[in-house]
Amino acid sequence: MTRIARLLIAGRGEIARRIMRTAREMGIATVAVYAEPDADAPFVREADQAVSLRGTTSQETYLDIEKIIAAARRTEADAVHPGYGFLAENAGFARAVVDAGLTWVGPRAEAIATMGDKLAAKKLMTEANVPTLPSVRVARSVTKEVRKRAAKVGYPLLVKAASGGGGKGMRVVSDEAGLADAVSGARREAAAAFGDDTVFLERFLAGARHVEVQVFGDSHGNIVHCFERECSIQRRHQKIIEESPSPAVDDDLRRRLGEAAVEAARAVGYDNAGTVEFMLDKDGSFYFLEMNTRLQVEHPVTEEITGLDLVREQIKVAEGAPLSFRQEELRMDGHAIEARIYAEDPANDFLPATGRLIAWRPDPALPARFESGVEAGSEVSPYFDPMLAKVIVHGRDRSEAASRLATVLERLQMPGIVSNRDFLVNVLRHDAFIAADTTTDFIERHSPARERDVSEEQLRAAALAAALASQRARRAKARALATIPSGWRNNPSAMQQVRYLHRDEEVLTQYLRKGDGAFTYEVAGHSGEARVLRSEDGWTELEIDGVQQRLSVVSQGADHWVQSPAGEVRLVELPRFPERERERTAGGYLAPMPGRIVSVKVSAGQQVTAGEVLVIVEAMKMEHVITCAEDGIVTEVRVVADEQVEAGHVLLVVDTGKDES
Amino acid sequence: MERWQTSIDPNSEGFRTNREAMSALLKEIDGQLEVARAGGGERSVERLRSRGKMMVRERLELLLDRDSPFLELSPLAGWGTDFAVGGGFVTGIGVVADVECIIAGNDPTVISGAITPIVGKKIDRALEIARLNRLPYIQFVESAGADLRPRGGGSPEDDMRRQLGHFAESGRLFHDITELSAMRIPTVSIVFGSSTAGGAYQPGMSDYNIFIRGRSKVFLGGPPLVKMATGEDSDAEELGGAEVHATKSGLADYLAEDEVDALRMARSVITHLNWRKLGPGPSMPPDEPLYDREDLLGLLPVDLRTPMDIREVIGRIVDGSRFEEFKPLYGPTLVTGWASIHGFPVGILGNNGVLFLNESQKAAQFIQLCNQIDVPIIFLQNITGYIVGKVYEQGGIVKEGSKMINAVSNSKVPHITVIIGASYGAGNYGMSGRAYDTRFVFTWPTAKISVMGPKQLAGVMSIVRRAAAARTGEEFNEAEDAMITAGVEDFTEKASLALYATGRVVDDGIIDPRDTRTVLGITLSACHSNEVKGAQGYGVYRM
Repeated sequence: MTRIARLLIAGRGEIARRIMRTAREMGIATVAVYAEPDADAPFVREADQAVSLRGTTSQETYLDIEKIIAAARRTEADAVHPGYGFLAENAGFARAVVDAGLTWVGPRAEAIATMGDKLAAKKLMTEANVPTLPSVRVARSVTKEVRKRAAKVGYPLLVKAASGGGGKGMRVVSDEAGLADAVSGARREAAAAFGDDTVFLERFLAGARHVEVQVFGDSHGNIVHCFERECSIQRRHQKIIEESPSPAVDDDLRRRLGEAAVEAARAVGYDNAGTVEFMLDKDGSFYFLEMNTRLQVEHPVTEEITGLDLVREQIKVAEGAPLSFRQEELRMDGHAIEARIYAEDPANDFLPATGRLIAWRPDPALPARFESGVEAGSEVSPYFDPMLAKVIVHGRDRSEAASRLATVLERLQMPGIVSNRDFLVNVLRHDAFIAADTTTDFIERHSPARERDVSEEQLRAAALAAALASQRARRAKARALATIPSGWRNNPSAMQQVRYLHRDEEVLTQYLRKGDGAFTYEVAGHSGEARVLRSEDGWTELEIDGVQQRLSVVSQGADHWVQSPAGEVRLVELPRFPERERERTAGGYLAPMPGRIVSVKVSAGQQVTAGEVLVIVEAMKMEHVITCAEDGIVTEVRVVADEQVEAGHVLLVVDTGKDES
Repeated sequence: MERWQTSIDPNSEGFRTNREAMSALLKEIDGQLEVARAGGGERSVERLRSRGKMMVRERLELLLDRDSPFLELSPLAGWGTDFAVGGGFVTGIGVVADVECIIAGNDPTVISGAITPIVGKKIDRALEIARLNRLPYIQFVESAGADLRPRGGGSPEDDMRRQLGHFAESGRLFHDITELSAMRIPTVSIVFGSSTAGGAYQPGMSDYNIFIRGRSKVFLGGPPLVKMATGEDSDAEELGGAEVHATKSGLADYLAEDEVDALRMARSVITHLNWRKLGPGPSMPPDEPLYDREDLLGLLPVDLRTPMDIREVIGRIVDGSRFEEFKPLYGPTLVTGWASIHGFPVGILGNNGVLFLNESQKAAQFIQLCNQIDVPIIFLQNITGYIVGKVYEQGGIVKEGSKMINAVSNSKVPHITVIIGASYGAGNYGMSGRAYDTRFVFTWPTAKISVMGPKQLAGVMSIVRRAAAARTGEEFNEAEDAMITAGVEDFTEKASLALYATGRVVDDGIIDPRDTRTVLGITLSACHSNEVKGAQGYGVYRM
């Protein structure tokens, strides 16, 4: 048996922190490695030692095996935990770690290699009598032959990267017409993300559930499963809400799933934590999808219902110890749900967002497990995955867990960044979710609201809180007559005025301080009386028309985030002196997010038609296609391939022949 | 410092009666303020808006720093005269880009912003306040020029006889604007509309001019006059449009696209002034008084002859109700002492009755002491005058009263006077009335300003009439005398009212008693824009 004394974590963000936490508990020293944009991240600071990988992109840093091995040598680490993503499922890395005389906290390299080739894995599973879906490999571009075989697989089908994961390089194709584009897009994405552009086509099961089984093996030949997780709630083929147990799995199915998963793991001689993913069809039949040979993002839900510490188990097993528990000792207790908070804009097709998190304050009164990679002040860069945190709630039953998780999310203060938080709440509170009608097409089928439903009263309170907080701040900063009552007039002719933008709605907010210190107000045509009762520590207690509420206002420039128990309202203050109308480029196509130009499909002078692809932009490994909205002639192309652009950057201009007036 | 201990009972009947009377007066004043704000009435406001223009107070609100205070001066000027209430002109002290300024602007809805005698008085006063207190001067210019309308409805000849003013007296305004500049007090003009003929010198004399494209029109002679004078054909835009002045004549320094843009530019100009106040900033804790300012409504007796302890007022306007009384046992009908208001140290003189010899001496000494230490003085007037009678005349009340008036006149620290009740005769002078270079004079709605009490005045005149009749041997008509006496008393009473005084711009405005502390805070701070330095020369005379 080896003993791990110093563990290098070859990952970033929340998972690095998660692994370090267990390592510290076990008395193991920790080493972080980081890319330059992460230099100030909490995981770097919390590690006992941290080594800069001297680079910006994933390729230059977290995917550079040599640099990581060198960092381990430099800090005399004796083991490497790969986290998830990056090199976690790279057999070459696992080998390099072992070759360097270090302990690899993960499965054998051979198991990784076998399962890493999705097609080989499927073949192996078929041999082990684990059911799989029909599929076909596509090595190059789409030929007649490929079309023929695709038809045999049947539409709708899924284009997947052979060595992929995390939804990258994945496309649903509903008919033959979309096949060629989907394949070339998937191949490009796969090449960028995994360094391998091989893709395959697989039958797509509409209305099925994504159910996976956590398995665990050790070097002594023991293999167990730790029950299932359901991860059907996905957008862009990426999970956003995961739970355990699955509401669609009964004891019998659980037993059969578990056995199949253990069978799959056994087929590759599995000796650490892994996950076997299945599609669970409406009729209860299930099919092997792939095996993830690493710790999963959603592992905490399993921990919550089993009481296990999977990272601890990973480390013990890597040290050569046998599993600390046997299959029959495992019990499920209650229900756990995890929600992933992403910096992204659900209202804008879930496009990734960047920015600075001004505050990060979970409500301390609500029990929840936060696994976050960020803290107040964190910058969300366009270089890496935009997941900010996972929130996990454990309840006695599913409805308790769902309801509490929604409340925890609603009350989380995270001003500064556009996120999917409200969308997650809408899913968790959706009737269909509560009724466990969860399938992988849940979002398309039920269309939960992308934004929070903000009542007029909530909006009014938010606008008033923001206006009065700003008022207070201005009075505190005033250099003349600072002690005179706010906005005092001996001949009052007008109220103080602020205009906010809430989504697309202008909210005119007016207030006037009265002699007794209260304010008469008028917000969006509704008038009343408000009083600031207390204001401290970022919280303001307001009494509005006789009802007291506690609100927090965080402001940065023109942006105001008002947090109440009901959730967050973001207001953008319109300038008091509007700038003169800026020149807008007629017919201009703007970058929808910060990112890199993958390719420019048209050139100046070219005739384009509506729907035609103009430019492809990539951000955070996801491609976004800019298509032509209206027929016209390209008059200007302002970007070139590989160029980095900011959101709002004019990419090109199409003259539609219409006069803008 | 000691804190004033109140002894009033806000639930007493007298207090309640006083408060009701005061509230009735305030209601009347609020009604008049509303009239003033309405400007030239709905139709002219409509017309202004249809041309995409803002009301003068809207312009003002946009110019001021958000949430900063604004003290409008003489808002009811013109009350009880032939002219509009408010005079169609707004002046006041406000904060622009953290700089306290005097802002003055025409209300173009009131006879197109023409300069009436009331407007003239308000402008003069605004310029004087800017000059004495060293406050940057911002003017909104949009005026039809002098008010040339004939008055009285008679023939032009009648009108000429009645007209006491003369053209050659006017135009001092231009002198005063450029004098400010010579004193290194910045002047900024925003020209919102026409400012022609003599009006052209308003921007002409300013340090900074902001013109608005398509709106500002500034020229000496308009197209008809040019045609008459030289035969040249021209249009207003060529003669004095904003673009012409910005590109050709150089009269405009900044060319704004619209009114909002112009106000933004004015704020920007103030920002670059590198403005430093010369007086010290507030130096004492500015905590609120211990007692409710609402009580100020019920303190003043309806009948001004009923005594009232001025310390009850002081205790409700000074920081923390702290008041260090000077010579409390000597000359008790004049209260003197030190306190601070919004952190500015002040000396306070307040009346607790008629001024006797000792009170006059005490005042003279106290005023000298304030000058020694460069502390501004607040006068709280509720004064029926200096004592009369054989004993006092023989004791030298004229001499002692003169010492007090001498001290007030030659005092160099800022004086701010609030007339809360009676302000009769020489009492008005000795307690630093309007004519004594007092920086600011405000009145409570209960103020009465007159040469003496209306009853006394009417009675004195009756005695004089009776004496004259006796001298000539005429029969004295008692009935007629009673009628005359009642008439005189009635007229004097009306003419002594605060509204009458404020209508004639004799004060800087009637204030709500509850706002006294705020108004004093704003004006004290304004005074500290300039150097605050007491008179020097002899040592303090011990009286």
